[in-house]
Amino acid sequence: MALKRQSVVLGVLLAPVTLFLGIFFLLPLLIIALFSVLTPGLYGGVEWAFYHWNYGRIFGWADGLNEIYEPIYLRILLRSLAFAALTVVLTLALCYPVAFWVSRLSERWRLVFLFLITLPFFCSLIVRLYAWLLILKPSGLLNTVLLWTGVISQPLEILYTPTAVVLGMVYVMVPFMFLPLYAAVDNLDRAQVEASLDLGANRVQTFLKVILPQTLPGIMGGAVIVFIPSVGNFVVPDVLGGAKGLMIGNLVEQQFLSARNWPFGSALSMIIMTVVLTVLMLSVTRARKAGGHA
Amino acid sequence: MADLLEITAARREFVTPEGGRLAALDGVDLTVGANEFVTLLGPSGCGKTTLLRAISGFEMLDSGTMRLGGADLTALPPFRRPVNTVFQSYALFGHMTVARNVGYALEVAGVPRPARDGQVAEALEKVGLSGLGARRPGQLSGGQRQRVALARAIIAKPRLLLLDEPLSALDRNLRQQMQLELKTLQNNLGIAFIFVTHDQEEALTMSDRIVVMRAGKIEQIGTPRDIYRRPRNRFVAEFIGETNLFPVTVDRIEGDLALARTAEGVELSLPSSGRSVGERITAILRPADFTLGREGIAGRVTRAVYLGSDLYIFVQPQAGGPEIRVIARDGAGLAEGAAVRLAHDPAQVHVLEAA
Repeated sequence: MALKRQSVVLGVLLAPVTLFLGIFFLLPLLIIALFSVLTPGLYGGVEWAFYHWNYGRIFGWADGLNEIYEPIYLRILLRSLAFAALTVVLTLALCYPVAFWVSRLSERWRLVFLFLITLPFFCSLIVRLYAWLLILKPSGLLNTVLLWTGVISQPLEILYTPTAVVLGMVYVMVPFMFLPLYAAVDNLDRAQVEASLDLGANRVQTFLKVILPQTLPGIMGGAVIVFIPSVGNFVVPDVLGGAKGLMIGNLVEQQFLSARNWPFGSALSMIIMTVVLTVLMLSVTRARKAGGHA
Repeated sequence: MADLLEITAARREFVTPEGGRLAALDGVDLTVGANEFVTLLGPSGCGKTTLLRAISGFEMLDSGTMRLGGADLTALPPFRRPVNTVFQSYALFGHMTVARNVGYALEVAGVPRPARDGQVAEALEKVGLSGLGARRPGQLSGGQRQRVALARAIIAKPRLLLLDEPLSALDRNLRQQMQLELKTLQNNLGIAFIFVTHDQEEALTMSDRIVVMRAGKIEQIGTPRDIYRRPRNRFVAEFIGETNLFPVTVDRIEGDLALARTAEGVELSLPSSGRSVGERITAILRPADFTLGREGIAGRVTRAVYLGSDLYIFVQPQAGGPEIRVIARDGAGLAEGAAVRLAHDPAQVHVLEAA
């Protein structure tokens, strides 16, 4: 009786979010999946006829008549994945030590720091990226300071390079890496660290055998949360990357908005999603395995 | 017995949140023998845990020295000290199996796997957990976790094992059982144990010597019997077990006996050696030191608590003054309101000099 009642209550509580996600997430997803195998319309939109060359253009089968195979698309995809992976590594390297430092602060300073970490969310991403543009441009803040102090004699060409894109992505993603990392580090049982030292493990051994495995869930969580949006991100490359910094997200955006080739954009989106889902599943199973038999 | 651990003039201060300074260790001198079971006993905040952490290396002394088997420990980090700890929270590694937990000290010391496995099995057997090596700490009961922590701490054969209130999380029956097992284990291993507790019964049961601490200082060091029968001061007397304290003035001396009287007129007799008439002293009698009889202090039972084998009674002396606590072994039939007389053996009276 009680169980049945509980499931009714649960159903009522979950209904709104289920409906919302069903209509506004699952349905568009199905539409994109469908569009990715339809013929592009002449002026945008789709024609309702099966058309597999959307994928052929990317992976290497094309009739040479309707569509031409271009390896550049795969290269852009691979570059986006590499940039996203680099973003994960850099944000992790930046945030991991800081998470330990913050978890040792007094209650008051910890709250101040956590507030500072979330502060960027109070301001529009575009505005913040344009601020970066002002910093990085040849006559910008960075070059002015470096020239003035005599570190460099020629302005650095950072803006509209892959470096600028990675810098921007790292900047945008730092809070997303920091918060799960901090949660894991803050949960770390200090007594276990002491036990390890007490049993004769030096600091490096203690880090590798106790601290790292204990904080691994936070590292995996942060990595997934940073990697997924990084792969498909198109705002950062758009503002800071210029033509050389084209990423898969920009390509999708172009196909829908400028090239008006919806099916091709859909096919690219499906590929990003497949890659991301694969990464996610791999990391979840790896994390479970690590938790199960480390 | 050669001294294994020698601590001299150990001092450690902490800065309090208010900005003041608090000496958690205030000039502590302590020696521990090679096969001794020493208990650090005291109320919370007395410095016993700080002393233990100073020995394990997690607190550095501000001043003073610490030697183990002749070698200076004072500046060594925890992982270089031949000392292991059983932590209060057990601190088992949740991401490892029981066997890997137990073998951890060997693993980090570079002992190869086959040799390790044998020692792990042996250590698990010593604590009665054979066959549980493949489990995770999360799948064990509190008592079993306790034993894993113990096996893990003894596997590297430390010369000194530190135990930080390891039994406080266990229920009473298990705690008593573990007390006996710990004592047996200590004898079998032939190493020294330093055991921290705030439970005086635990201290009395297991220890070769008890160190009573208060406010960063050692109040008294002695065998359980010493500490119980001859406490050095009022604090020790009241901290160890139930105590009746009588502030008395010596009235007269008759041969071997001195007669003393409280301000209210309760009379006690005690050995006369060293006493002088008119001297003000505090006399101590434990609840079990009284016998119910036809003579002695007259009083009335105000409360009677049934303890199973004994009856614990509170007696209000007719003369007045605080209630006297008595364990009456043959107190069958005593009820509240009953008139009793409390006799005592003068030899059992312990005297604190400073009244």
